[in-house]
Amino acid sequence: MGVWVITGLTFREAARRKILLAALLLGLAFLGLYGLGLHLSIAESPLGRAPGRENVLLRRQIMNVLLSLGLYAVNWLTVMMTVLTSVDTLAGEISSGTIQAVVTKPIRRWEVVLGKFIGFAGMLTLYLLLMAGGVVLEVRVLGGYAPPNLLRCLALMWLEALLLLSVTLAGGAWMSTLATGVLAVGLHGLAFLGGWIEEFGSMAQSRTAVNIGIIASLVMPSEALWRRAAFEIQGPAIGAFGRSPFSIASVPSPAMVLYATAYLALALALAIRRFGRRDL
Amino acid sequence: MDGVAIQTRNLRKTFGSKVAVAGLTLEVARGEVFGFLGPNGAGKSTSVKMLLGLVKPTAGAARVLGSRLGDVAVRRKLGFLPEHFRFHDWLTAAEFLDLHGRLYQMAPARLRERAGALLELVGLAAHGQKRLRDFSKGMLQRIGLAQALLNDPELVFLDEPTSGLDPLGRRLVREIIRDQRARGAAVFLNSHLLSEVELTCDRVAFIKHGEVLAVRELRKMTSDELAVTLRARNVSAEALAGLERRCGPVEREGEQFAFSVANEDALPGILRDLVAGGADVFSFSSQQLSLEDLFIQIVGTDGGL
Repeated sequence: MGVWVITGLTFREAARRKILLAALLLGLAFLGLYGLGLHLSIAESPLGRAPGRENVLLRRQIMNVLLSLGLYAVNWLTVMMTVLTSVDTLAGEISSGTIQAVVTKPIRRWEVVLGKFIGFAGMLTLYLLLMAGGVVLEVRVLGGYAPPNLLRCLALMWLEALLLLSVTLAGGAWMSTLATGVLAVGLHGLAFLGGWIEEFGSMAQSRTAVNIGIIASLVMPSEALWRRAAFEIQGPAIGAFGRSPFSIASVPSPAMVLYATAYLALALALAIRRFGRRDL
Repeated sequence: MDGVAIQTRNLRKTFGSKVAVAGLTLEVARGEVFGFLGPNGAGKSTSVKMLLGLVKPTAGAARVLGSRLGDVAVRRKLGFLPEHFRFHDWLTAAEFLDLHGRLYQMAPARLRERAGALLELVGLAAHGQKRLRDFSKGMLQRIGLAQALLNDPELVFLDEPTSGLDPLGRRLVREIIRDQRARGAAVFLNSHLLSEVELTCDRVAFIKHGEVLAVRELRKMTSDELAVTLRARNVSAEALAGLERRCGPVEREGEQFAFSVANEDALPGILRDLVAGGADVFSFSSQQLSLEDLFIQIVGTDGGL
């Protein structure tokens, strides 16, 4: 089937252009640095070694903050990787004319878009598994801490990457590479800002601010998925203990997660529809 | 299926207010090498793209190998060398052919055999493991040509297939085109290199502003139609009018007259009438009309601008 030919081609291009190698090496460097930072903050902290029930809880909270920090960085990297690797795949091949020899073969245009989606989704899955898996593993081994709801958290981060991928493909089916990049990053920027407005609004008990944040999340639900992911591993006990820059005050609802999933599907459908109809 | 490879009726494409192809009506038979001639910007590439389903026509109808435009199954029987031959340049030549063979859904064994034979045919057998990004323009055009022939197509579209090639490469393309015809495949050749077309095509269509101005059988044309040049004084208005009635428009520059006749049987009568009309004829010569003469006669010298 044509889809798998394109998926294989997408993987091969990433490997051939040393994208996979660069992501792997820099990912390992990231994990090395994160592990070092983790080790030092545990070793230098007097609380880390002191016995007693209260200290165990405090230690847990510190570990949770460090884990959230790591995953926050991984999430940011994944968002960037998603947009940067896929931004040129449709727009670039359309503008160069490379696509012409491909779509005049017995392959349907939707197979091209879907094949690329699966290819990038596969690579992003591997990337996320390496990076988030590495961070979680390091916290577990070095800090002896395992967060609750880990799978749910990772699934939400994964969903966020796929969401951005669909939006980027939809943009690429429509516009130039540069405009597509501006669209994807710009939308995520709105979502990011909306998330913070919602957080601060919630702490300041401003309903208006919370609503503005929610509207921004409806425009682009990517950051809402991260905030839900962060909330999942935060756990009720730790939430009650105090605040950190990574704790979530205003939690995006399951309905928002559902909305984001529908958004993803719609963006992918738009990418397929637009690419299927446009002149190449 | 009848013997028609391509049939179009008033195929039209506009981009906003710009008319790329005004109304293309033509027919190409199976086993025929069909030349598509016209100045730059005449709508040649857009026409080919419409026939291949890359560009959606604004209006009109067409059938390619009996199927409607954009039909996926029929693409198994088509070959296409795009104008700018831009490919995934991080692939090696062998990987590139393998990719396109798999897109054609060819069986692995047949694909291996065809890819090897085609690399040999286009003279790239020694470069199979080289990446396309290290290829010269001519080599890219050769590998693109191999790609277009992988599936033994029934209809091949070649968009300016010799633009990047040296004389040897051009000869190769001519040989390949002849092989395709011998196999019974139709070739749709987009070109503005008239000498190439003259040497390979059975029929040509002249297009300008996206409309077919004329279709000529090339073999016939070269045997019959003649260009005549005449130097004479005292050519009366009646004699000139008589000449134009007989042969169509006459170009005049001082004592020099130029026109064309359908065949050489007309020549003695023309000369007799001129002399009888009182003209003093100093020279009267005829020669076969070249494709270039015909191109200029039909398309004009303004280059379609």
